[in-house]
Amino acid sequence: MAERSFKAEVEHLRKGTGDTFTGEGILAITKALLENGVGYVGGYQGAPISHLMDVLADAEDLLGELGIRFEANASEAAAAAMLAASVHYPIRGAVTFKGSVGVNVASDALANLASSGVNGGALVIVGEDYGEGSSIMQERSYAFAMKSQFWLLDPRPNLASIVKSVGDGFALSEASNSPVMLMVRIRSCHVTGRFETRDNVPPPLSVRDALSSPMRDFKRVVLPPMSYAHEHDKIDNRWPAAEKFILENRLNEHFGPEEGKVGIVCLGGIYNSVIRALQRLGLADISGNTSIPLHVLNVTYPLVKSELLEFCAGKEAVLMVEEGQPEFIEQQLGAMLYKEGRTTKLEGKGIFPRAGEYTGQIMLDGLDTFVRQYAPELLPGKVLAPNAPKPELPDLSKTVPIRPPGFCTGCPERPIFASLKMVEQEVGQHQITGDIGCHLFACLPPFEIGGSTMGYGLGPASNAAFDGGGERRAISIIGDGGFWHNGLSTSIGNMVFNKSDSVAIIVDNYYSAATGGQDIPSSRAKNKTKSTNNPITKALQGAGVKWIRQIDRTYDVTRMRETIREALTTEYDGPKVIVASSECMLNRQRREKPQRNKAIAGGERVEVARFGVDQDVCTGDHACIRLSGCPSLSLKKLDDPLRDDPVAHIDQSCVGCGNCGEVADAAILCPSFYEAKVVHNPTGFEAWYAGLRTRIISWLQTRRAGSRLTFTGEGV
Amino acid sequence: MSLSLPLEARPADPALEGIIKLAILAVGGQGGGVLTNWIEGLARSQGYHCQATSVAGVAQRTGATIYYMEMAPGDVAAPVFSLAPSAGDVDIIIAAEMMEAGRAIIRGFVTPDRTTLIASTHRMLAVSEKTVPGDGMASSEEVKAAAELAAQKLVLADMDTAALKVGSVISASLFGALAGSGALPFERVAFEEAIRAGGKGVEASLRAFAAGYDLAKNGEEPKVEAAKPARQEIVRPAGPDMAQKAWASLEAKVAALPEPVREMARAGLQKVVDFQDTDYGAEYLGRLESLVSRDSAEKDYELSREAAKYIANAMAYDDVIRVADLKTRSQRFDRIETEMQVKDGKLMHLTDYLHPRAEEIVGLLPEKMGRKMENDPVWMNRIDRWFNRGRRIRTDSLRGFAMLYFLGGLRGWRRKTLRHRMEQDHLESWLKMVAGYLPDRYAMAVETLRCRRLIKGYSDTHARGLSKFDKVLAGARMVENRNDGPEWVARLREAALKDEKGTDLDGALKTVESFA
Repeated sequence: MAERSFKAEVEHLRKGTGDTFTGEGILAITKALLENGVGYVGGYQGAPISHLMDVLADAEDLLGELGIRFEANASEAAAAAMLAASVHYPIRGAVTFKGSVGVNVASDALANLASSGVNGGALVIVGEDYGEGSSIMQERSYAFAMKSQFWLLDPRPNLASIVKSVGDGFALSEASNSPVMLMVRIRSCHVTGRFETRDNVPPPLSVRDALSSPMRDFKRVVLPPMSYAHEHDKIDNRWPAAEKFILENRLNEHFGPEEGKVGIVCLGGIYNSVIRALQRLGLADISGNTSIPLHVLNVTYPLVKSELLEFCAGKEAVLMVEEGQPEFIEQQLGAMLYKEGRTTKLEGKGIFPRAGEYTGQIMLDGLDTFVRQYAPELLPGKVLAPNAPKPELPDLSKTVPIRPPGFCTGCPERPIFASLKMVEQEVGQHQITGDIGCHLFACLPPFEIGGSTMGYGLGPASNAAFDGGGERRAISIIGDGGFWHNGLSTSIGNMVFNKSDSVAIIVDNYYSAATGGQDIPSSRAKNKTKSTNNPITKALQGAGVKWIRQIDRTYDVTRMRETIREALTTEYDGPKVIVASSECMLNRQRREKPQRNKAIAGGERVEVARFGVDQDVCTGDHACIRLSGCPSLSLKKLDDPLRDDPVAHIDQSCVGCGNCGEVADAAILCPSFYEAKVVHNPTGFEAWYAGLRTRIISWLQTRRAGSRLTFTGEGV
Repeated sequence: MSLSLPLEARPADPALEGIIKLAILAVGGQGGGVLTNWIEGLARSQGYHCQATSVAGVAQRTGATIYYMEMAPGDVAAPVFSLAPSAGDVDIIIAAEMMEAGRAIIRGFVTPDRTTLIASTHRMLAVSEKTVPGDGMASSEEVKAAAELAAQKLVLADMDTAALKVGSVISASLFGALAGSGALPFERVAFEEAIRAGGKGVEASLRAFAAGYDLAKNGEEPKVEAAKPARQEIVRPAGPDMAQKAWASLEAKVAALPEPVREMARAGLQKVVDFQDTDYGAEYLGRLESLVSRDSAEKDYELSREAAKYIANAMAYDDVIRVADLKTRSQRFDRIETEMQVKDGKLMHLTDYLHPRAEEIVGLLPEKMGRKMENDPVWMNRIDRWFNRGRRIRTDSLRGFAMLYFLGGLRGWRRKTLRHRMEQDHLESWLKMVAGYLPDRYAMAVETLRCRRLIKGYSDTHARGLSKFDKVLAGARMVENRNDGPEWVARLREAALKDEKGTDLDGALKTVESFA
């Protein structure tokens, strides 16, 4: 079960011609797929398109009605490979994953797909994760489009344009026999808006029907000599066809006056930011009517030379607004102008920074510089000589702490890393590699565990150089998501085959948790359309791992720590794998809380646990927090003049996982922690017996109070 | 040759003024998405164009998160909205936590010409604030001061507590505050309608909405300080007559102390008497008085005040007896039951997490016997085997309670124990060092007293605190004859409180060694 349910929104996907859809970008994309007769969809989740996968999963009934096959692919490579169906069959297919890491994983299949070429429209929807909030290295997917020659769409970020680009993408793919990549940036995926819907169209040929009459054409197979022919076909036929289609269908757009002394070329995806800066400079109105000619590339690859040269004709200077680096488009445009002997000055990087997101301020500064330099007469007086000085504000940069993401309250991964940190405190630091997933947060304070992340499922593989062992064994972390994505072969198989004398810890939280809690083969949930409950340990055994330890409650810190210690010290010199399993708390709470509340309201006996700290016993040294970082374990300043430092305090967001108490016990920190289990609707006998106990305890308490002074003030 | 004519410069489109730009800065998990949906629904219901977006992904896992939306009147043709906020170009900032308000100010989103800043003053501490062994909490006051300068209109109140009080969450009270701030051109009923249209937890959300609305309109009520009596007047403790009498004479002694010392002395006295008994209180006052007699009004009795505080803390050390005593008191049971809302026929199971080591057990033995065992590895191993393991004690059960009750009752025995002797020796040598600086090096004496702050925690943490204390005092001796000696001691102490391992402290000590 995914973190966010789209069951309600999915009903909007049934809207037809004449209706208006209001909602989020990813839902609009899904609707567009249905309107364009897609035959199969798939993908692999990851921000920012995780929700697209969730929408597709939640829309499975509707997809079924239309005869569309939905596959939750094992990885991006599997997703891209699925597009093979469109190589021979005239069936439209779409897959989705995040860029650029997803494109990296998928690049083998994408390259082969691009070489073969396609008959049916093949669309890869890539969530470009760049700039603020991004969770990956900062790279562009653009290079992949260039090297493999599939086309890249980057539509303007409003729902109508995005929806249109889906249809354009399929048509372009079919017209040029090339796969097309539709790029949506992180904010475009979640942007809300409206568009006019059309009726959904079932695929003219469904994948099910296609199985009845298989098609094959060995000319499409990537083998010499056909592969040589493919390359020529790309240049001689597919590319010109694509250019023709782009021109004829006006996929790129022109705004503002036809002619001008200066002009701006921008990518569709950052059109809104450009307009906002122009609006602030007094060069565009609220609806985007600009006084500077603006050429918007909704197709960023291939670039249509004639179109760009025409735009540049007669202009003194043109500004290329292209975020990120390398500046692929600017380089191509520069070469075009130079080869044509044009004198138009090309500006871009230089006025704009080479690296980093084009934020509102950077865009404003860049456009301002450009216009000031080449057409200052366009700028209104107010902008030319701004009269309001910026206010002087105190510098808060040293006051406000950074707030990187971290483990949620009650996260079952926290005790794993607390245990690991304790083991390291005993026996010294180890070589540790991380992997992609929530568990990567362990590399941040307070744990600071793991020093590298090479890719999804590659944690153990990236310790391969240390497989030979040494005084202290290398440790690697991998999640259950990464394990099934490619870790089983690339990491575990690699360890077994190379007789690795190192330790791998598989963090099994029952879901692909970091991407939003999607099910994976080892999930414990029942899923009516997917096969779950396939234990990781069985896969490990099958792959040849002999030393396996399964821990079914990661919160058992003492056991966790002993198991890690054992793995590090055992005589056995082959691969040692610990599977540390407990359910993702976010998902567990989402599932259990409503049930629990219902049970309580229904009069059933329910126990609800929460932890607390005795403020009189806590001395305020915060050692517990340095082994936890739990959001609900915080600090509180006491109203006691004798206390200098705040004491630990657990707020009511605590879910009672027990990590803090277990850690305090295992690390012998202090006796401040207690668990308070509230029993709702206790049984009659229970209530009677509790009453008896309370009376005896009260009597003892009163007895002792009678023999001493008792203060009622605070701070006692 | 350029064929184009220069275009006319034209004034900015007045319709642009109609765009309302609103950003929400929250901590992942605070419900920023729900708030965004309400505002968007509200704007659309009022015939506005509206666009919202967010950066989801891992930032939602307790990290700083930002939601952004723009809206414009419906009569504008197809407005183009931005997908991200720009510095100097935001009309409304909603910060769901105090430091997030600070972050909005740092990023330039709050400007005096246009921005309404609605911020909740409550704190969700960042990990870096919590892990410091001392006090690492960031200053809300600084953010508040900056907010007052930066915002055109400021709504500051604890929206979290306001929502929790009525059984809801902060997104609803912030929505109320947005309505109350008047920053959006919509009526209150339209806001409430948006909550109803959301359909989830409507009643609770409306209550929190109303609370937020009122806070924005009327501000927070000033905190009532008078509810409890000033510390001087507190406590007529309950207890047997004899002890009451003894207490009265101790109180008289406190009353005889110079005025600036009294409050702290009273708090200290209460702590040590609560820890042991009135005789122990008399010992405390004795120690304090010997320093008071060497102090003066000229110095405003700074030394005495610090002594009143730290001698009390040193005397009320944390041993097994104290922990067991605190854990079995009726006040503790009451406090936990209130906090956990145990009422209406609910019951509570209370499990304490304890982990005694051989050191604690030996510390309970009589001094001589304890010392012998402490120095005998065979015995220490044996005791470790018997006692050293994590224990979950059901303090609400008769057996568990009885055990802790018995241990807590060993107060009469305490003065005979090895631990008590050790604490006394430590205290005495520390106070001797303090006294040694008097009368000439008064500031050194004060700083030496303050170093007691470093000793806290249990077991390893306690040992680490002690070693830091020793290191800082060793450093103090190196600089004791310098004029800037006291400042160096303060600096060493601050360094020791910065990180767990004492890396900062070691660095500071190196510096001291380099010149001392």
